[in-house]
This record gives sequence, structure tokens and C-alpha cells, in this order.
Amino acid sequence: MSEATGTARVKRGMAEMLKGGVIMDVVNAEQAKIAEDAGACAVMALERVPADIRAQGGVARMSDPDMIQKIQAAVSIPVMAKVRIGHFVEAQIIESLGVDYIDESEVLTPTDYTNHIDKWNFKVPFVCGATNLGEALRRINEGAAMIRSKGEAGTGDVSNAMTHMRTIGGEIRRLTSLREDELYVAAKELQAPYALVKEVAETGKLPVVLFTAGGIATPADAALMMQMGADGVFIGSGIFKSGNPAQRAAACVKATTFFNDAKVLADVSRGLGDAMVGINVADIPVPHRLAERGW
Amino acid sequence: MKVGVLALQGDFREHLKAVADCGHTPVDVRRVSELHEVDALILPGGESTTIIHLAQNFALFQPIRDAIAQGLPVYGSCAGMILLADRIVDGVKDQKTFGGLDITVRRNAFGRQVDSFESDLTFNGASLHAVFIRAPWVEQIGADVEVLSTAADHAVAVRQGNLLATSFHPELTEDLAVHRYFFEEICKGR
Repeated sequence: MSEATGTARVKRGMAEMLKGGVIMDVVNAEQAKIAEDAGACAVMALERVPADIRAQGGVARMSDPDMIQKIQAAVSIPVMAKVRIGHFVEAQIIESLGVDYIDESEVLTPTDYTNHIDKWNFKVPFVCGATNLGEALRRINEGAAMIRSKGEAGTGDVSNAMTHMRTIGGEIRRLTSLREDELYVAAKELQAPYALVKEVAETGKLPVVLFTAGGIATPADAALMMQMGADGVFIGSGIFKSGNPAQRAAACVKATTFFNDAKVLADVSRGLGDAMVGINVADIPVPHRLAERGW
Repeated sequence: MKVGVLALQGDFREHLKAVADCGHTPVDVRRVSELHEVDALILPGGESTTIIHLAQNFALFQPIRDAIAQGLPVYGSCAGMILLADRIVDGVKDQKTFGGLDITVRRNAFGRQVDSFESDLTFNGASLHAVFIRAPWVEQIGADVEVLSTAADHAVAVRQGNLLATSFHPELTEDLAVHRYFFEEICKGR
């Protein structure tokens, strides 16, 4: 029996299994258990949630391997971890821990302001953020097996996530309306490889799973992103920076499955207590915005 | 035939497409009323803990168990195999399943995602390209269970009466052999 590991199909297929689910940021084993019990389809292990990175400042790096392994030991669901943009040695370290997915993330401080990681060199699959279709296709060209639209992480303000989902969706719809001889210029304008542009024009969707992230704080936010065409959602600070994490986590899981059912959404939105206080994206000076990191 | 796919979480869209490609009518199942409409049910890949959590919260758990007991043909891939198993090892504490298949399944038996693989194997006598993702295997089978495929010396496709389960994901390939087997060998005449 010949076996092939680390193929594009098993990397992309792993993301297919996460669809319709919620991936939650957790900083320790207890939070990871709460997330699993609430029905999270995966957890993102990190030392500081984006809201704290924002508040405390400084350089944000990959997490301590000890902390990641404690979380791996605590739950049976997939565990993801973040590395800095372009920091391929952090990625080598995280891969060696047997983490199920790596997030090359703008939430951490970037390492390389020109290149992202060559993700084809790894067996572990990568998810990367994108604000538009060209950025998404550049990441897929580098080997990303899953894309998440970027929002403004750590704010609880879902407006940027909305903008980016509309942009990506709109650019995909535009490609499907072009003549075949117009796709060459479309590829030039998107700054993306022609082969991927042609594939999106033919299928009307990305070649990998598209989640959404950044600023999602309520079940209604999660359902909004699903109605906008996301395959699933990442919730970072929104759960464990709220008044009642276990209940809010379970409510967001239900809202992501029943995103089209206003009655269910009303039921799960009742009595959740305080949502994270949040920051309006418009109040954050442009140099401090995370979504704009990535090239 | 109306074939439901449990659409709580996971790759249910790929199974819905495979159902349509086989010439049957796909139905998303999220509610008891939708369950009662279908002639057969598919449990997709995904996270078994998430799917069970949602099934319990939305009052689908007991109705699916009852439907299995009453002979509804059900096929489960990967997480779906775990959900059909009577016994699981390496699950979360007290992890529940719909059950019905007299097998013991080990969760994530082939390892973590870096160990996920694709491979050629034999299914019901024919060659098949199979995709395994954080896949379970069957550790022990009851007397009435028929093994249809093996990989690494473990059963990875099994059948018992109205139930079929695979460790791998035929819905991620273009090959419809497993879905066809389910419709032609298990659903027929029910």
C-alpha cells in the first residue's frame, strides 16, 4: 500500500472537515476544554488573545511549545497555532509539535515585510488571512490550504470582516462575468497567478475553504458572516473576553450551524451577559491596524 | 430516493453533491421534520464532538438513534463512522454516539494531521483511491459485521445490516463507488 502524506488534497481536505464550525482562540487547557465542550470544531492555541496583544503592545511571537502541548493533551479536537508572517523557523518548530494547522498570522508581529512562508515545504497545512481576492490567491499560490478573511482582530468590531468578505465575494463574482480573453488582465490587476484566476472564474469560488475572522463577538456576528458566504468562523477575543464564555461559545456554535434561522438566533442570543467591550476600528490609528499587514 | 445528509457541521456539501451525482435527491437534515422525510441518511466528515453536541442541543440525538434502530439505511464517513460505532476509544470523557454498528472505533487512530494520507486500497473487491484525514480505524468488530476494506491491518470500511461506515472520505474524490454501494447494496428494497 503506497501512502502519500502532506498532499494538497489532505491539507485542503482537513479544512473541509472544519466547515460549518467555530474555531476558538484559547490561552490554556481549561479554556480549550470549555471550547471543546461548547462544540468548537478546533482551537487556536496562543499565549495572548488579540485584544491583549493590542492592549499590552510589544512584539507578539509564536507561543511556548509547553503551552501548546498542554492544550493538545487536553482536547481531542484539532489544535492550531500561530506563527509570524514569514517566520519559517517558527513554522518548523510548530510543525514538529504535531499541531494540526498553522496560522501564518498578521495578529503576530511580522518577520518578513516582503515574503510570506513557502508553505509547500511543510506537511502541516497552513491557513492565511486575506483582505481581497488577489491576496487570497497569492497565499494559495504559496501553499495555503485554507483562507480566512481578515477582520480587525481584538476589537469586537465586525465591520472590517464585513468589508473583506464583501470584497472577496465581489471580486469572485466579477471574475465569473468576464470573457475568457479578459482573464489575463484580471490576473495582472489582482496581482495573482493566471491559473488560479482562471480556476476561480470557472468555479465561482476559491479552490480552498474560506473562513472569516476578526471582530466577531456575538452569535449574530457569526451568522452574518455565514450568510455572507463564509464556510465557518474564527472567534478570537470575543469568547473569553466576555462575561460568560461557556454559554457564549455554545451560542456561537449553534448560530454558525443555524445561520439562516432567525428564531434559533434569537433563542441563542438571550441572556448571554456582557459581550466583550470592544474598540471601534475607526478609533484605531492606521499604523496600529493589524488587517493591513500582509502583502 | 430522498437521501438526507446530516448538515450540522463538516463536509456535508460534498456528500450532498455525491448524492445528486448518483441521481438521487439530496436533503439537508438539521431538524427532526427533515429526518422523517428521507429514505436514507449520510453522516458526513467533521468533528464528531461538535456534531453530537449540536444533535443533542437540537433534539436530533434520540430521533436518529430511533431511526437507526428502525432500519433506516445510514452511511457514515470518518466522523460519521465514530457516530455509528457502539464503542469508541480515545474520545472525550463519556462521548456519546448514535451507535448501531457493533464495532469499537479508535478516534484519530492514524495520528494527527501531519499523518493524514491518501492511498490506494480495495473496497468490495475493486481498487479505490482513499483520503484519510485524522482518521479513525476499527479496532474490534462484532460477529455480524462485514469488513469491506482494510488499511495498516485495520478495518477501514465495514457494514452491518442497514449501516455502512468508512474511515476515509470518498466525498473528497470523484470516485462514487462507496456511495453507489450504499445506494445499491444497502438502500435497495428498503
